[in-house]
Amino acid sequence: MLTSNPFAALAASISPAVMQTYVVVMIVLVVAGTLFDVVHKGSAKYFFQNWRKSKAKGAKSVGGGELMSIAVQTAVVDVLASGEFCNLRRRISHLLGMYGFVLYVIATVVMVFDAAAGAIWAQLWWLGGLLVCAGGYWFWFFIRVDVLAEGHSPLRFVRADLFIVSLLASVTLGLAWAAAGGGVGVLFGLYILATTVLFAGVPWSKFSHMFYKPAAAFEKRVSYANETRGNLPAPADRPEKFGIARGQPRHY
Amino acid sequence: MPTFVYMTRCDGCGQCVDICPSDIMHIDKTYRRAVNIEPNMCWECYSCVKACPMHAIDCRGYADFAPLGHSVRVDRDEQRGTIAWRIKFRNGTEKNFLSPITTKPWGTAIPKLADAPAPSQEMRDSQLLYNEPKWIRMDDGGLRTLEAAGLKLKKGVYY
Repeated sequence: MLTSNPFAALAASISPAVMQTYVVVMIVLVVAGTLFDVVHKGSAKYFFQNWRKSKAKGAKSVGGGELMSIAVQTAVVDVLASGEFCNLRRRISHLLGMYGFVLYVIATVVMVFDAAAGAIWAQLWWLGGLLVCAGGYWFWFFIRVDVLAEGHSPLRFVRADLFIVSLLASVTLGLAWAAAGGGVGVLFGLYILATTVLFAGVPWSKFSHMFYKPAAAFEKRVSYANETRGNLPAPADRPEKFGIARGQPRHY
Repeated sequence: MPTFVYMTRCDGCGQCVDICPSDIMHIDKTYRRAVNIEPNMCWECYSCVKACPMHAIDCRGYADFAPLGHSVRVDRDEQRGTIAWRIKFRNGTEKNFLSPITTKPWGTAIPKLADAPAPSQEMRDSQLLYNEPKWIRMDDGGLRTLEAAGLKLKKGVYY
């Protein structure tokens, strides 16, 4: 089960060309949805407006080399290590979900386009899916804010949950479908439905955060380098010995 | 000056939701980011602004007394035990202040609210705030005062 390509077995019922077309359509939907999101929310306009304002007000000019260094720091710390999270549990959950999703998607694409892909890709597909489930369910049941605090049910579903719920549904149903032996059936239908909602729902979900969050993190680092810091005061020149560690919120 | 949230800075951690004394900082149902649900009920206590680890919350001044272009921002650094304010005036004048967060020795006045039991449904539905009427004692001998407790007000900072 863990070493066989579930999409190769599916080729007996559904032509590989149809599966490949579906994958391409999903990619197109993500790109189109993200572009729509950028235009609709004006996030690119806001980003460049802020960028110009920060550059004009900055006490220090930031050179090309420094910008490159900031870009590398953003990529390594803020993107690859989810460094922007202030809550360690949320950060670990996000890292599990992020790396799991990347592995899962890449392995899916490889297995759909190459039926003879090695067993390692099937194993990566399972590993990625399980990582998404670990991070996602941990977040959904234990870390989400404003659920118990407001007396809501842990199963309450609002639009902000569209991304996480469709992601978890897609991955869980995908794994369940493969575990049940693959083929065309109810599980497969639900898996395709959840996957389509995940990728086609970009304009309504927070899927596109993976594109605009790095840009926002980069802009924040540049604002610290040119000393505008979003009008925040400079860091205090006091030793870190008077304070205490910040407590985590409880959300009871 | 109701608070507002920079959506690209907020990561939805909920520190502001926990600390808001008016219970008006919530998590948005569409974007899972913090949002002030009742700006007209915000009394600008700056609790959420100081508590936000991402510096994602700011206060917007009403145009009649705080003209456009001003800025009042704060950085509460718990590791250093300091609070810093940067005030920018519309004409470009800038003032910076740095103070200790408290004059009490660190670790002596932590309320440990997280250890308190979760509120029951009856408490959630009630108009009373946390620990009312227990601590204001309106039902038990009236409001607590220094005199009632046999204390006197002293001048200055003391331990």
